[in-house]
Amino acid sequence: MRAFDFVAADSASAARTLVREVPGARFYAGGTTLVDLMKADVEQPARVVDISRLPLTAIERRGEVVRIGALARNSDAAYDPLIAGNFPAVAQALLSGASGQIRNAATIGGNLLQRTRCTYFRETRWRCNKREPGSGCDALDGFNRGHAVLGTSEACIATYPGDLAVALVALDAHVVIEGEQGERTVALVDFYRLPGDRPDRETALEFGELITAVELRIEPLHARSSYLKVRDRASYEFALVSVACALRTDGDRIAEARLALGGVATVPWRASAAEGALTGAAAGEAAYRTAAEAALEGARTRPHNAFKVELARRAIVRALRTTAGRGAA
Amino acid sequence: MPTTQRPIAPRSPRPVTFTLNGRPATFTVDPTVTLLDLLRERAGLPGTKKGCDRGQCGACTVLVNGRRTLSCLTLALALGGDEVVTVEGLADDGRLHAVQRAFIEHDAFQCGYCTPGQIMSAVAILAEGRARTDDEIREAMSGNICRCGAYPNIVAAIAAVRDAG
Repeated sequence: MRAFDFVAADSASAARTLVREVPGARFYAGGTTLVDLMKADVEQPARVVDISRLPLTAIERRGEVVRIGALARNSDAAYDPLIAGNFPAVAQALLSGASGQIRNAATIGGNLLQRTRCTYFRETRWRCNKREPGSGCDALDGFNRGHAVLGTSEACIATYPGDLAVALVALDAHVVIEGEQGERTVALVDFYRLPGDRPDRETALEFGELITAVELRIEPLHARSSYLKVRDRASYEFALVSVACALRTDGDRIAEARLALGGVATVPWRASAAEGALTGAAAGEAAYRTAAEAALEGARTRPHNAFKVELARRAIVRALRTTAGRGAA
Repeated sequence: MPTTQRPIAPRSPRPVTFTLNGRPATFTVDPTVTLLDLLRERAGLPGTKKGCDRGQCGACTVLVNGRRTLSCLTLALALGGDEVVTVEGLADDGRLHAVQRAFIEHDAFQCGYCTPGQIMSAVAILAEGRARTDDEIREAMSGNICRCGAYPNIVAAIAAVRDAG
């Protein structure tokens, strides 16, 4: 690990100032992504600002909104009754991610900024446009079994690796950001940027801005949600495909649907076309299959990841079937 | 990232104070030092093992404020005031912890390298009440890899401690 300066901040605004003073400085909360990537020499911050003691850990209800402090630990959020009861997909996504040890350290805000597991990004001997803009992408013709089929560009096919954000995007979560101009709130689905020709710019977060909270609205639809993760082993593995969905039925008809995909796209992928196909349709296999087809429309595969298209379709059908059965109104 | 983005000279080592296996401890460390390296190289506690050093194997698991944590991904300077327990801190006046005894009784290891991490995780999940079934134990212990494949006996050891109440 390269030498760096370590400073603890006693307030969010002090932390932002400390970061802004040094180009490339980083916030330290759980450390689970940052320290790993510093050891890999992918992250080389000259300064690390410790925000882990800031009072941003509360998970509280404000009217119909549940606000999760950015420094709430993943494990605490997963088991919080406000989350598990109102947003089962979010609790399930959290518990499907990483291991117990890592969930105890990882924070909600930090988790949203988790970096890709693309080998070519994580190992500095390869070319990577995300790590070094303009250098090229060795994943395109490399071993790309884990890579994305949706939202890709010629510059980058790295998969967004997380679980939490997929569930949050499905349930229309917002992220609260503190910056020089005060506080702003961004829909999480708009927070993530497609790689395009600048895959190094992953989110709407500006340098020195700090995520302070995530907000979710309590709605009957959100309580009828679930998260399905398909992976190479039963636990402690990244998704090949994951599906977050929510369904509300009215009689035999689907009144409302939300669908998002993980493991197959460069960002947490909201499948709006599939939602459109589901809404108003008769609940059942035919509608689920149509939705699955719509969700994967436009998928672009590489030599090793073509299997993900059919895997994703089947996972979507299974997730919708399970959620419909579980959430009968 | 280019080196031109590193204008600040790193500061010299500085002290951090926390509770280590029940006793207050102060170390003066460089910011790059992880809790794992501090334990093994500075505190004389080599029981905590360095496996992958990248948060993937669980061999370095310790308890921080009662919660299991990967010491390889924890910067030592971030520990101010915390309570750290390592495998060396489990025995009570020479008597092994129930989980340590169960690992011996159930032959829950072969080479033993992952064992301290397995034991620390087991202690934590039992305390959290997340070892109610064998499947729950397997899921909760999935962050601790055992290359020898002692998993069946690890599950048996944890279940035995749970059942003994």
